[in-house]
Amino acid sequence: MKKVKAAADHSNPVISIRGLKKSFEDYAVLRGIDLDLYAGENLVVLGRSGTGKSVLIKIISGLLSPDEGEITVLGHNLAQITEKQLQELRIRIGFSFQNSALYDSMTVRKNLEFPLVRNRKNITKTEINTAVETVLDAVGLSQTINQMPSELSGGQRKRIGIARTLILNPEVMLYDEPTAGLDPITCIEINDLINEVQQRFNTSSIIITHDLTCAKQTGDRIAMLLDGQFQRTGTFDEVFDTTDPRVKPFYDYNFIQ
Amino acid sequence: MDTAESTPTVYKKNSKLKQSVINFFTDLYKINQFIIRFFKEAFVPPFELKEVLRQCFEVGVRSFTLISVTGFIVGVIFTKQSRPSLSEFGATSWLPSLVSIAIMRALAPLVTALIASGKVGSSIGAELGSMRVTEQIDAMEVSGTKPFKFLVCTRVLATTLTIPILATYTGFIAILGGYLNVSQNEGTSWSTFIQQVFEPLTFIDFVASLIKSIVFGFTIGIVGCYQGFNSTKGTEGVGKAANGAVVTAMFLVFIEEVIIVQITSWFR
Repeated sequence: MKKVKAAADHSNPVISIRGLKKSFEDYAVLRGIDLDLYAGENLVVLGRSGTGKSVLIKIISGLLSPDEGEITVLGHNLAQITEKQLQELRIRIGFSFQNSALYDSMTVRKNLEFPLVRNRKNITKTEINTAVETVLDAVGLSQTINQMPSELSGGQRKRIGIARTLILNPEVMLYDEPTAGLDPITCIEINDLINEVQQRFNTSSIIITHDLTCAKQTGDRIAMLLDGQFQRTGTFDEVFDTTDPRVKPFYDYNFIQ
Repeated sequence: MDTAESTPTVYKKNSKLKQSVINFFTDLYKINQFIIRFFKEAFVPPFELKEVLRQCFEVGVRSFTLISVTGFIVGVIFTKQSRPSLSEFGATSWLPSLVSIAIMRALAPLVTALIASGKVGSSIGAELGSMRVTEQIDAMEVSGTKPFKFLVCTRVLATTLTIPILATYTGFIAILGGYLNVSQNEGTSWSTFIQQVFEPLTFIDFVASLIKSIVFGFTIGIVGCYQGFNSTKGTEGVGKAANGAVVTAMFLVFIEEVIIVQITSWFR
């Protein structure tokens, strides 16, 4: 299950964050985040619930605004781009939501066609069908094409959610808790899918999770978010080679020893 | 002792009142921003004509049966209830005129708007609220689609265009209900009835009725979308959005009715 891949290009950060701060009312969630995501890399952001992991990727995708800090995504400084540029930039970023966020009123086919039809004005029906079949094949769910989201299992919904983001050929993937609420076998399948997506579609990814199996299987690099800042960054073994009382229990509870 | 206990209560009441006033004006500001955003985005290309037509169909289909039944009943009941008063003066021949004035000037747009507030407004509020809390709106946004334009503008345009059509239909059905009652009791023929129906109506009545329906349609759409689009707090928020859409829209419809009636009376 451990992935084998080429090393990330560390001279070329696709996402660069400096001094990011974000508060909600009086509560400071992010208190000075510095982060680089390099081309071809899977970066896992680990942390307990409520530590601001999802807030971080929502800021990267422009869904939330930061209070302070500089965020550069694919060469664009988010503070300096227009609404139209942000919209164009978003097409290059795939966002896989924690609850998949499939459109309830549409079939799987319509869910997958939606971003394509909205963003590629002159696309033909044949091209749409080919793209839909390709991404469905990539997530191994070709048989669900005419089903409604309510008819899918949790794991299938996650896969279709990922397929929907892949249909626009994104350069960066943001995964919000990809294995949350899934059984262990499905979790491993999703982890494999994340690695497969990275290799097949040549994406760079940020994976938000508190699942250490997911972190270990998918992450080239791990960043541990504690008290609103990245306290430990490195490979999985480097991050957990510590007696830090804030980090150690995290490992112990995940891998029951 | 009494004074010591009553002071905090008064203070609390004042503080609550102050908060309510602040919340009211904050909401008013937000809904104004929402309306301004609608006008900024709705009439700028690319136009979502296909989605607007789909929503028009949805609005029409959702309310059609209920409006047909309600319109008919309103026509029958209004005619039936008005007869005794007119018959006291031997003026039952005025029934068609009375029915037409009441229906065209007030009842048709008002009944349609109230039914649509309940059926369409709540549905829009719940649908968008559910999409908000399940992150479907965020998913649209990150996939390069403008959810406001696709979800809000299309629905508001659909209600604004469809409610006047439904109100006209309600008027027709209500007049039909009135005719059935009049023909049963007075034996009036259809042609005489229709002639008497249109006799008292002026151009201003039709225009006022149309404007009223457009305003009601816009209100129902914008309130439903505002409540749903800004929904928070999970499933509880969805319920609140649906409820808020109905209550606020109905309240505003009555306020608008009073204002428009007052304005049109100046032109008569």
